[in-house]
Amino acid sequence: MATAVAEHHAEHHYTSTGLPHTKIAIWAFIGSECFFFASLISTYLIYKGRSIVGPFPHTPWTDPSTGQHFHPILNIPVTSTSTFVLLMSSLAMVLAHAAVERNDHKWSRIWLLCTAALGATFLGFQAYEFTSFVHEGLKITTNLFGSTFFITTGFHGAHVTAGVLWLITMYFIDKKRGLGPRDAVNVDVMALYWHFVDVVWVAIFTFLYLLQ
Amino acid sequence: MTSDHSHAAASDAHEPHAPPHPEIHFPTWKTYRWVALILFVLTVAEVWIYYTPIKQTRLFAPALITLSIIKFTIVVMFYMHLKYDAKIFRGLFLGPLTIAIIVIISLLFLFGHLSLHAT
Repeated sequence: MATAVAEHHAEHHYTSTGLPHTKIAIWAFIGSECFFFASLISTYLIYKGRSIVGPFPHTPWTDPSTGQHFHPILNIPVTSTSTFVLLMSSLAMVLAHAAVERNDHKWSRIWLLCTAALGATFLGFQAYEFTSFVHEGLKITTNLFGSTFFITTGFHGAHVTAGVLWLITMYFIDKKRGLGPRDAVNVDVMALYWHFVDVVWVAIFTFLYLLQ
Repeated sequence: MTSDHSHAAASDAHEPHAPPHPEIHFPTWKTYRWVALILFVLTVAEVWIYYTPIKQTRLFAPALITLSIIKFTIVVMFYMHLKYDAKIFRGLFLGPLTIAIIVIISLLFLFGHLSLHAT
């Protein structure tokens, strides 16, 4: 028992505050990510409405040289659905964390896989959105809106991709040796990252998609 | 599904060589379910506002930003369990977040739509 406890503590490296290093590190990382996404969102807001040529996010536009008509580019119903998917993935994540703490291998695997699947679905929506935008004439080099929109949402998508890979890795670890209460801190760290990606999307959805 | 799952890490506090971190009680399944429902309703409200005449009024932006702040706060407090966790984490998150928000507002005043000399 004493050996098991010692191994458990050695694995998590508690600080003098009594808190695990990994958890302090992820919160510090999340703090730094606030600056990163704040810079992207503020750049988008500064350049908002300053594009000289279309397509535009909320208003139609006709190219004076070709006479080609462009519809408003954003598809709010599709993005609302993907937002809902990401919010539900956060629920699946807390349930996975709870199952790991209960030492419930069956449900921890189900919820981890469910979270990864919902994250992958969100990425599928994003891939569809990016593809349709390009087909409708908006590329990263088209105008200021295209540049700031693709950079901001693209970086968020990269974070979601990293989170999905992390979840799949955790799923295979669970399948191989079973995640239990001794792994709860590691799963908690992953969950914190995943929820942060979720709250960043809450901000992006409002500022990039809904506000005009 | 269990109705109450306290944080397992807290159970270590009773071991002879347990780390000195305080016992933490995380939200229950019932709380998580309510949080998910509230987030869903708020998202529906955001999209509903987008398709109503409110969109043409001056209330549109403040309403959306308020709903967004509520959603953000709920996720951080309950799903990221900042409400229940050690206070040092609040400092690590809220400190940079506050600075980030100040930077966004300052940049909007300097170069963006809040600028007095906006072109």
